[in-house]
Amino acid sequence: MSWKSLATIAVSAVLWSGAAHAETISVFCAPTEFELCSSVADAWKEKTGNEAKINKMPALLDDAIPIYQQLLAAKSTDIDVLFLDVIWLGMFKNGLLDLKTAIPQADQDKHFASTLNAAKLDGNLVAMPAYMDVGLMFYRKDLLEKYGKPQPKTWDELAATAKEIQDKERAAGKGEMWGYVWQAKSYEGLTCDAIELIASNGGGTIIADDGKVTIDNPKAAEAIEKAKGWIGTISPEGTLNYDEEASRAVFESGNAVFHRNWPYVWGSSHKEGSAVIDKVGVMPLPVGSIGQKSSGCLGPMYYGVSKYSAKPNVAADFVNFITGPDMQKKRALKDAVNPSIPALYNDAEVLATIPFLKDNQQAFADSAVRPSGYTGTSYNRVSQAFYRSVHDMLSGSGDIKSGLKTLAARLEKLKESR
Amino acid sequence: MSAKLARRDHRAAWLFLLPVTAVILLVAVWPLARTFYFSFTNAYLDDPSAYSIVGFDNFIEVVTDHSWWIAVKNTLVFTVISVAIETVLGLAIALLLNSAIPGRGLARAAILVPWAIPVVVATKMWEWMLNDQFGVINKILSGLGLVDHGIAWTASSSLIMGVVIFVDVWMTTPFMVLLILAGLQLISPEIFEAAEVDGIPAWKRFWSITLPMLRPAIGVAVLFRVLDALRMFDLAYVLAASNENVMTVSIYARDRLISFQELGVGSAASTWVFLLVALVAIIIIGVLRLDRATGA
Repeated sequence: MSWKSLATIAVSAVLWSGAAHAETISVFCAPTEFELCSSVADAWKEKTGNEAKINKMPALLDDAIPIYQQLLAAKSTDIDVLFLDVIWLGMFKNGLLDLKTAIPQADQDKHFASTLNAAKLDGNLVAMPAYMDVGLMFYRKDLLEKYGKPQPKTWDELAATAKEIQDKERAAGKGEMWGYVWQAKSYEGLTCDAIELIASNGGGTIIADDGKVTIDNPKAAEAIEKAKGWIGTISPEGTLNYDEEASRAVFESGNAVFHRNWPYVWGSSHKEGSAVIDKVGVMPLPVGSIGQKSSGCLGPMYYGVSKYSAKPNVAADFVNFITGPDMQKKRALKDAVNPSIPALYNDAEVLATIPFLKDNQQAFADSAVRPSGYTGTSYNRVSQAFYRSVHDMLSGSGDIKSGLKTLAARLEKLKESR
Repeated sequence: MSAKLARRDHRAAWLFLLPVTAVILLVAVWPLARTFYFSFTNAYLDDPSAYSIVGFDNFIEVVTDHSWWIAVKNTLVFTVISVAIETVLGLAIALLLNSAIPGRGLARAAILVPWAIPVVVATKMWEWMLNDQFGVINKILSGLGLVDHGIAWTASSSLIMGVVIFVDVWMTTPFMVLLILAGLQLISPEIFEAAEVDGIPAWKRFWSITLPMLRPAIGVAVLFRVLDALRMFDLAYVLAASNENVMTVSIYARDRLISFQELGVGSAASTWVFLLVALVAIIIIGVLRLDRATGA
């Protein structure tokens, strides 16, 4: 054997041992956060030498459920870190690793206690909060200024302002202008949009914390009636099949005055390709009538570790890293997302990017929580029964009052968790 | 051939069949049997190992569920209308392609394009083309002055089933064309020549010669398409998630099984889907006498 080939073997042996120390884990990230996740992975690699491979999740987040189920049911080691919606935690708790000891207590204590506690199931900490998501109202501040309109406080004011600006803009030649775009496709997002309208009208949150079905009430009917009146007048008929991205496309192409969505739109509407850069304002959602609470739908998002991960400690370290203060600050600065760490709500840099953050702390306190706590494993069928019947009412094929009565009777049968 | 040789042949045949039988057992019979089995249990997807037997409860639960019957209605409406349109269109296009026109080869290749596009891609493509704000269809309609603002094709509960059928027709007519064209080319030209010599008019030639001779080809094509349409999932799901107006029986089963994690009830729903498809297949084979027509 020549010296040359011996040297090659020696060099590759050194490289091999070097590579053996660095682990690679596989991480799921929401498609709208792909860039952010990649930059977090880069920072993590710099700090620990380990690599995180990012997998994009489906555009409709709910479509990730069957993927997760298959991976977990097969006890797959292909995936280490899962990105989780709060309403999924109960569903996946048996497949998630307990992070109680893997993540230092001091790091856990940095998060909002209520958000962290929502991830404590059967005495296990199944996931760590990544950020707070809450429904917000985006609006065209340039158009409100142009027509001398204040930020609307109630849904009625919003509808009136939207109508007026829409009509005047159309008369001025912008024929494609709409007053308000939101999400009313028959999917989980409609549960959020509807619960916001109903709760801020004093109509409750479908099922109360003690398990009482509250949806059949006049306040709820009034809120849905109102929303039904918007479709075709201030909201395009297509709203009935819009999800977040489809409605965002209308707003960011400059064709809508108001837009209900999640905080990420603040970041995306200021990126290249948006027609509304520096023309966007954001505020808490309006209320049904003065005195009610603005009730943005609350959806904290989490990262958890699969129980079947081959590298649980490395994966837990990544989860702690991506949910830690530095990365949450980065997320806040880049995508204007609300952190789940209270200390960041006083951070000057963060406040400069998200001036409305201080108000949001109140929005979180006032937020409407989907009834996933009481319904647990039955949440999905409760939510589907709810959004389907609301979709029926909005599209005009059902009477609202009797529809709510039928819905309440159905929920009574569906609500119990296993 | 001696008896010994024949025996050896039989043994070889069985030996060759063994791998195929094993594969079919593994990928078809085993999952089907498991679904059957689970439909008699109260198992849940997050922990399929803990369950007890509940008899026919799940089957009863499915047929007493209002949503199930909506799904059955949607599936039947979709199947009947889409397959009917595809058959008529497929026959017409196949007849055109069968006559010797210049550029026939090119046309035959071009017509296959929609069939080659994956369903999800084609559906997404149509979804954007039909979009009420940016869609090219609405741009064309308003450009022609037919509408003053975009039609929300996929939002209205009455239009959306039409859209699903339309996209399916666009996608699978080529399949019909191919099968019927293959049948057409099997018909011997002498029969037509003889009929022409006898002075039989064109429409009668079509009615009394072409159609009867095509029956096996059309029958097989319709059978394939009906079975395909009855278990349709991707098109409706991509276009409208679990919108009740286009929810098919497959989407219903998927909801119970995956979204609600009800392995028992979901399996029972899947079993109903299987029985529904099997029943329709038997009826079609019986009505069209496919077993006899194909000479089996």
